[in-house]
Amino acid sequence: MLMHTDRMDAIASGEAGRQGRPAVQLDGVTRRFGDSIALHEAWLKIQPGEFMTLLGPSGCGKTTLLNLVAGFLETDSGEIFIEGALVTETPAHQREIGIVFQNYALFPHMSVANNIAYGLKTRGIDRKEIARRVDEALALVKLDGFGDRKPRQLSGGQQQRVALARALVIKPKVLLLDEPFSALDKNLRGAMQVELKQIQRELGVTTIFVTHDQGEALAMSDRIAVMSAGRIRQIAAPGDVYRRPADRFVASFVGDVNVLTGCLVERRTEVATISIGDMRLEVPAPPLAQAAIGDVVDVFIRPEHLAVTSGSTPGSLRGTVTTQVFQGDHIDLYIDVAGVAREPVLLRAPGIAALSSCPVGTEVGLTVRSDDVVAFLPEASS
Amino acid sequence: MKRSPAVMALRWSGRVLVAAILLFVLLPGIVVAVTAFNDRAILAFPPQAWSLRWFWRAFSYSDFGRGFWNGLTVTLWASSIALVVGAAFAIAIHRYTFVLKSVLEGILLSPLIIPHYTIGLGVLILASQTGAGRGFPLVILTHVLLVLPFVMRSTFISLENLDSRLELAAASLGATPGRILLTVTIPLLLPGLLSGWLFAAILSFNEFTATLFVSSQATQTLPVAMYNYVREFADPTLAALSVIYIAVTALLLSLANAFLGLEKILNVDAH
Repeated sequence: MLMHTDRMDAIASGEAGRQGRPAVQLDGVTRRFGDSIALHEAWLKIQPGEFMTLLGPSGCGKTTLLNLVAGFLETDSGEIFIEGALVTETPAHQREIGIVFQNYALFPHMSVANNIAYGLKTRGIDRKEIARRVDEALALVKLDGFGDRKPRQLSGGQQQRVALARALVIKPKVLLLDEPFSALDKNLRGAMQVELKQIQRELGVTTIFVTHDQGEALAMSDRIAVMSAGRIRQIAAPGDVYRRPADRFVASFVGDVNVLTGCLVERRTEVATISIGDMRLEVPAPPLAQAAIGDVVDVFIRPEHLAVTSGSTPGSLRGTVTTQVFQGDHIDLYIDVAGVAREPVLLRAPGIAALSSCPVGTEVGLTVRSDDVVAFLPEASS
Repeated sequence: MKRSPAVMALRWSGRVLVAAILLFVLLPGIVVAVTAFNDRAILAFPPQAWSLRWFWRAFSYSDFGRGFWNGLTVTLWASSIALVVGAAFAIAIHRYTFVLKSVLEGILLSPLIIPHYTIGLGVLILASQTGAGRGFPLVILTHVLLVLPFVMRSTFISLENLDSRLELAAASLGATPGRILLTVTIPLLLPGLLSGWLFAAILSFNEFTATLFVSSQATQTLPVAMYNYVREFADPTLAALSVIYIAVTALLLSLANAFLGLEKILNVDAH
């Protein structure tokens, strides 16, 4: 459904002319590898300066999409535009794109300065100007004075900065990032994310970021395109992807989520009412358009949206605490709720109060303290 | 703790085995080297009297000198032509998909299975049919055919180790395919190309069987000259020549190791 509206959007904007043209636009781009479809009719518009993340598990088509935009792969059908110009047939070296690979792909036989200067030399810029811009780029990524070193003399984080400087120094129309953090250790990863985001915002460079890490995607993106099996499932701001997932896949891939079995009680245009045991919840109606009253539905509830009450509160679910996991700033409680969930329900309680108030074996009541609950038809019938 | 006799026996028999294998490998060289110092004009081991005169003869016998320079000419041309042609074919076969690709690869690598005398004979028949002279170009052509597979193999291995993302990164930075080849691909393949060239040169310089068919008195290489010598004389000159050959090769390899880093050229060190 969402793909459809985006497609209408794309067509409408084409008619509206070049005003406010997107930095990158994909019109129904498809790519096959042999018999398998790596990317199926992708429709996507990325605004100038936007940080767009392609999020999905491996094999979902996100890297294929990136390679198509870079010009490393050819499309089977559909068109790609960069800053309004059709580039579907343009070779990679004429697309003016900066790319940072997972392994950085620094030229091992060149110094750091020559790596960064590479893209400037291909443009025939004069030596003095190249030297000035290389120094500027080194300063941007906080590597002043590292110009004479060879890539193998640098740490992983430093190599990544060089790769970023090399991609940015050519003032690319689009910056492509292919899982750039996955080779870094966890502490460095966080710091680099903040720094990259800062640089990106400062320069205002349109960025396409590929990752399978939903935390990274939520933290860095202006918008996220969630992908699976070669299709874009949802394109939305991080908060919306998290709060209003478009389908079952998005709901379970982004963030932790409990799947409870419910029943459709009532449906209006916008909102539908479902029941889980004694509990009544309102959920968005559109995803349940195909369901009839009385149908079984899967209800997706985030762990932090559940709260513990006393076991006898009316309209609550009743369960038994089976496991407590202390996580520092919060407690994860796993609660057996017979009849509505196959696996123990995960409840995330802030602070450490739950550690003493809900020991293993306690009978507790569960309530939902958020509107951000969604329901979809069970997998087999959807 | 004392080791048991059985363990000691195993340990010592292992050492003896290794020594025996090493001796077996080195024995022919040792016999030839010692024979070279025999004073008498026969190939006998061990020598009764000692002399250096066969070394003098090896240097002064004009066929050997000419054979050496002929061989060097053929080797430099053949391995350099094979390097360019073989690397080009290897890159084309590795990168592109085209009709009859595997057939082309099979044909180019076939000198590995076709006996050298077959190739020599074939080139000889062709040359006489077409009326081509039996000059250096014929010998060089034959050697190119023979060493091509080795250059290609070596280039293939380097291509496998080359991260294709380096070339993609260069393309994204605006480099044309030709520029990528010159500034990224070839510099990174260089160790493999050099090792292929070195291997080809060694093979070419030592090649005998095919060269015997296609060379003439004027173009005979050192191995052919040595063969012709041994048909006429049975004195230790060849043994002396072998000693010189081993010494020179060892010297060249040590120099290559000292100044170029042999392990890098031969791809021994993967990093």
